[in-house]
Amino acid sequence: MDLNRFEISRRTALLTSAAIAANVANPLRAFAQETPRKGGVFNVHYGAEQRQLNPSLQASTGVYIIGGKIQENLVDLDAAGKPVGVLAESWDASPDGKTITFKLRKGITWHDGKPFTSADVEFTAMQMWKKILNYGSTLQLFLTAVDTPDPQTAIFRYERPMPLNLLLRALPDLGYVSPKHLYESGGDIRQNPNNLAPIGTGPFKFVKYERGQYIIADRNPDYWRPNAPYLDRIVWKVITDRAAAAAQMEAGELHYSPFSGLTISDMARLSKDKRFIVSTKGNEGNARTNTIEFNFRRKELSDIRVRRAIAHAINVPFFIYNFLGDFARLGTGPIPSTSTDFYPGANTPQYPYDKAKATALLDEAGFKPGAGGQRFSIRLLPAPWGEDISLWSTFVQQSLSEVGIPVDIVRNDGGGFLKQVYDEHAFDLATGWHQYRNDPAVSTTVWYRSGQPKGAPWTNQWGWEDAKVDKTIDDAATEIDPAKRKALYAEFVTEVNTELPVWMPIEQLFVSVLSAKARNHSNTPRWGSASWYDLWLSA
Amino acid sequence: MRILSLAGRRLAASIPTLVLILIGVFLLLQLAPGDTVDAMMAQMGGGDAATARELRHFYGLDLSIPLQLANYLWRLVRLDLGFSSIYGKPVATVILERLPPTLLLMTASLSFAFFFGLLFGVFAARRVNKWPDTLISTLGLVFYATPSFWFGLMAIVVFSIYLQWLPPGGFEDIGNVHTGLSRMLDIAGHLVLPTLTLGLIFLAIYLRIMRASMLEVLNLDFVRTARAKGLDETHVITRHVLRNALLPMVTLIGLQAGTMLGGSVVVESVFSLPGLGRLAYESVVQRDLNTLLGIVFVSALLVIAVNFIVDLLYARLDPRISAEG
Repeated sequence: MDLNRFEISRRTALLTSAAIAANVANPLRAFAQETPRKGGVFNVHYGAEQRQLNPSLQASTGVYIIGGKIQENLVDLDAAGKPVGVLAESWDASPDGKTITFKLRKGITWHDGKPFTSADVEFTAMQMWKKILNYGSTLQLFLTAVDTPDPQTAIFRYERPMPLNLLLRALPDLGYVSPKHLYESGGDIRQNPNNLAPIGTGPFKFVKYERGQYIIADRNPDYWRPNAPYLDRIVWKVITDRAAAAAQMEAGELHYSPFSGLTISDMARLSKDKRFIVSTKGNEGNARTNTIEFNFRRKELSDIRVRRAIAHAINVPFFIYNFLGDFARLGTGPIPSTSTDFYPGANTPQYPYDKAKATALLDEAGFKPGAGGQRFSIRLLPAPWGEDISLWSTFVQQSLSEVGIPVDIVRNDGGGFLKQVYDEHAFDLATGWHQYRNDPAVSTTVWYRSGQPKGAPWTNQWGWEDAKVDKTIDDAATEIDPAKRKALYAEFVTEVNTELPVWMPIEQLFVSVLSAKARNHSNTPRWGSASWYDLWLSA
Repeated sequence: MRILSLAGRRLAASIPTLVLILIGVFLLLQLAPGDTVDAMMAQMGGGDAATARELRHFYGLDLSIPLQLANYLWRLVRLDLGFSSIYGKPVATVILERLPPTLLLMTASLSFAFFFGLLFGVFAARRVNKWPDTLISTLGLVFYATPSFWFGLMAIVVFSIYLQWLPPGGFEDIGNVHTGLSRMLDIAGHLVLPTLTLGLIFLAIYLRIMRASMLEVLNLDFVRTARAKGLDETHVITRHVLRNALLPMVTLIGLQAGTMLGGSVVVESVFSLPGLGRLAYESVVQRDLNTLLGIVFVSALLVIAVNFIVDLLYARLDPRISAEG
């Protein structure tokens, strides 16, 4: 904990660029070397293929890493994490929050030469974001129409107030635009061939998708930003084996492995190699939190003392220090500290490691140790997304056995995990990731809001209900005053940390492994998903 | 004619096996919790229940299991392998795209393992209990005991990262478009390490079998007779011993064609080859039943074909076999 390895790797990165500069005797030449260089092929590690490359239809990093270079969003985040226009030039909300007007950029064309207009925005918003896009259908639930008085204006009309800040923080992920003329012809939008051969307005044009091997996109010579992009080509190589990907990185066949795509040990090893930059920078917009989810249908777990005892029984700092290295830190609740707009601070109820308190709480709840010191046993379902979840579940198992709760770990693959936890509710504890997406209303409150339909993944499937929390969530989702919204979310965090339906004790950012040759990288909070129009490779 | 009738009977006998395998796999996969829509939701990172319901209807997953199975078998009778939900293409197309790397890899590994297994086996048997035999047998044991993913990764570390002789993965060079002969050479270069990785374990098996059966045949009466006739040793080995000692080797090829498809999952993952093995793994994880059944169907056909060829070879090597049939 005291030693911060990603700080070190950032330092290493600086030292590396300093070393490159120092290698060149003439300082002027060193300066010249840092002017952006045109050309080059950027090779990206692609760990799991998707069924879909169109980010207007599927919101996930696996899609953005490719589709986000080809298609563009209305708004993206700048280096400071503030919304900045991409296809939209400016925006304005009416005082009642029910009308939001976007002025679109002029002179942009799709890769097939057709002009980009507000009709594309209208079609994408109504047919894709509102109907198909995951998270989008929740965000745009109250969107009634998009008016297009002229080709450069799109007016979003909402039935209930839509906080402008919420929309602007959601649009970087949920605001990619698709060409109307290629989708409107009827037929199932999900099955449109362009979903696997996307046409966009972005800096790179789709060239080829060879299933199981690679995806190629080339420079768009007609891109609207002057002098961009720098790269000639991006190649995404499909490599499912993490160790094999690390080897390819070392062999120089890859320039970038995003979203913690390598094993923790390989990332730690490569961080000591000058040829690579291993860092969490550029992933601030993809914070994730390790969870313990309690099933309230289980009598013991519906007792708040038991949930608190379980939280107190786990030595989280010890786990982070010994297993996650410095890629993680202590979490304080559902809104991570990277969320500068909403983080309420750490003075909400916390559950530091205290074994004596844990046993006392369990005793008090009436679950006294029986034969062999055991109180009651539970089933723990870890999600299969990452190495850290697997380690974490084993650690939870060991910690709980020390306070007399034997844990049976039941492992599943992705489909199996979702089915058992979210559809069949066949778990006592579940552990996984909560991914925070810039605004609690987009990604987080749905984990706590009661009344979620059976089978909907990443929602409140714990059987927990709290009218007060539900009201706070609903109020915050339509509150248009940013200060009041922030206060409501602080209240929300205090309430859920007190009641503890889900405990989120570890905060992590994804780790990127990059070639030291990359320039202008990691310069936005969602850089892995960004369009890379300014990325270049030094010689 | 005899060989043909043998062949015909063999093929007819394999059809019920094929159907049983397909039904078995279909039912086995029903035991795995979750379906293709759950897997899709996991990939998307969330979605609502209405979307899930719509998708289930789209893929026909809202039907009962016997009905789904009946639909599948009926389609199969019409030689339609169905539609892949991962790839959004007909399963037959997906499999055809993935077949060449696996076939190349299997053929190359089998040939490599067979040829060198035979060579080393004969060599070891000729110098039994002397140091060459000990050396070869020990190496064989090491190859046999080492997991192939470890072999693969070590090969990448040594030959790709340190020596930079061979590419660390992929099926062909993406950066430069090769055509004709240069493309063949490029693919061959990419296949060297995977072939060695997949082949070594089989080489170890062939080596041991060849050595044992050589030793056995060398002690038989007809060899003594041949030697007594005054034939020179090379002649005895090539004409009399080898032909008889080859029978168990050929049997093994037939048996191992299936094993090799299984082993190729690991090798294809380590070397990022776009083959059938990895496709099978992906379709299990993504619960893409149609693709998985298609792969089982095609692999079963492959194994049947290999065994069929083995049977023919058998008859050629030992005429008694076809005569008895």
